[in-house]
Amino acid sequence: MREKLIYGLGIIAAILLARDLYSIFMVLPDEASQGMIYRIIFFHVPAAITAMLCASFTFVTSALYLVTKNLKFDGISVAVTEVGLAFLAANLVTGSIWGRIIWGIWWTWDARLTSALVCWLLYAGYLMLRRAIEEPTARARISAVFNIFAFADVPIVIFSIKWWRTQHPQPVFWGGGSIDPAMYLTAVLNLVALILLAVVLSLIRLRQEEMQREIDSLRRYAHAV
Amino acid sequence: MDFIRQTLVIARKDLRAELRTKEALNASLAFALVILVLFSFAFDPSEKETVDMSGGLLWIVFAFAGTLVLNRSFAREVPNDCLDALIAAPISGSALFLGKALANFALVISVELVSLPIFGIFYNVHWTGQLWSLLLVLALGTWGLTVIGTIFSALTVNIRLRELMAPLLVYPMLIPVLMSAMQLTMQLIAGKPLGGENEVWLRLLVAFDVIFTALSLVLLETVLVG
Repeated sequence: MREKLIYGLGIIAAILLARDLYSIFMVLPDEASQGMIYRIIFFHVPAAITAMLCASFTFVTSALYLVTKNLKFDGISVAVTEVGLAFLAANLVTGSIWGRIIWGIWWTWDARLTSALVCWLLYAGYLMLRRAIEEPTARARISAVFNIFAFADVPIVIFSIKWWRTQHPQPVFWGGGSIDPAMYLTAVLNLVALILLAVVLSLIRLRQEEMQREIDSLRRYAHAV
Repeated sequence: MDFIRQTLVIARKDLRAELRTKEALNASLAFALVILVLFSFAFDPSEKETVDMSGGLLWIVFAFAGTLVLNRSFAREVPNDCLDALIAAPISGSALFLGKALANFALVISVELVSLPIFGIFYNVHWTGQLWSLLLVLALGTWGLTVIGTIFSALTVNIRLRELMAPLLVYPMLIPVLMSAMQLTMQLIAGKPLGGENEVWLRLLVAFDVIFTALSLVLLETVLVG
């Protein structure tokens, strides 16, 4: 069943991505002031939103693990966090490339860039913490607590850094900016495609995690025998 | 009532154990001193530049020196199975956490109160202009540092590479509290009073302290027992 889900969603994501790429490069015109580099926004913004969704999702699954003690939720948490971290990295890299062209610099300590980087560091800490703990239930418990702390820290980080300084352009989507309807449609469709991709990747990663756990338990069993 | 008594028992126990050996306290003080000296090699600032970087410099010193104390908070209970005894003791996890946090707070802030005049002497800065406000910021910032440091010390107590992992996890988490404490300290040393424009940083500091104290009180038992 899950196998079919992975393939099904994967195919839908691939078709959507192909449609969006065609639209982004062949149909939509260059933006008036930025030229062709603006196209990066179709991946930059959806990647950030996907990463945020992943973080919120793992907050829920981490809390669920602490309540139910079901290792399934731990597996989901780690799978989704890893995928979300990859999307956040994509967001940081595409933003950096855009900044090099438009601002002339790869990086600036602006509010959004800094908060994204700090969030990335927080969740990278989550993955490193997991590596340092051998025992599966202790690992699940401690990393779930850490995940809750990290998630509670994210809004505080975002607000504090926002008061500190801001250089990033004001949000184009849902934030007072204006955008052509055709571009908006492609951006939304690409968001859907990236979210589907994140789901597929998470499911694949979850399967690895489950297999890993099974191998570990078999190994322990063999040792015991 | 019981809760307060239990908290104070834990705090007193921790303080007594530390003051008998003074291991972490001495290391932390010496470390703070070394960083202060190192900074004077790294930068050769004018008087105004020193004031501008005072907040950053001081809080980096406090954060680094503080972790030396905080990291050991739960780790020192591992030999002789003291941690198991503490978990088995008839006190709640939140009393255990609060007691340890109070003891750590006392230790960290005493290191800070010693480093502050040393900073003033070394860097020739007149830092007492807004003394009471500065002490308030120091207390609020240190409480944030202590809460996160203590709960993460519990979180990492049984893991490999503890000494490496704890700072790696703690510092990104501390960014909001360090940032607001740095901003406020810099402005207070420059002689600006608290309030007006910098009030937002004070609020952030209080909010951070409240949120993470509450979260830690609730989650400590989960961390140690499961």
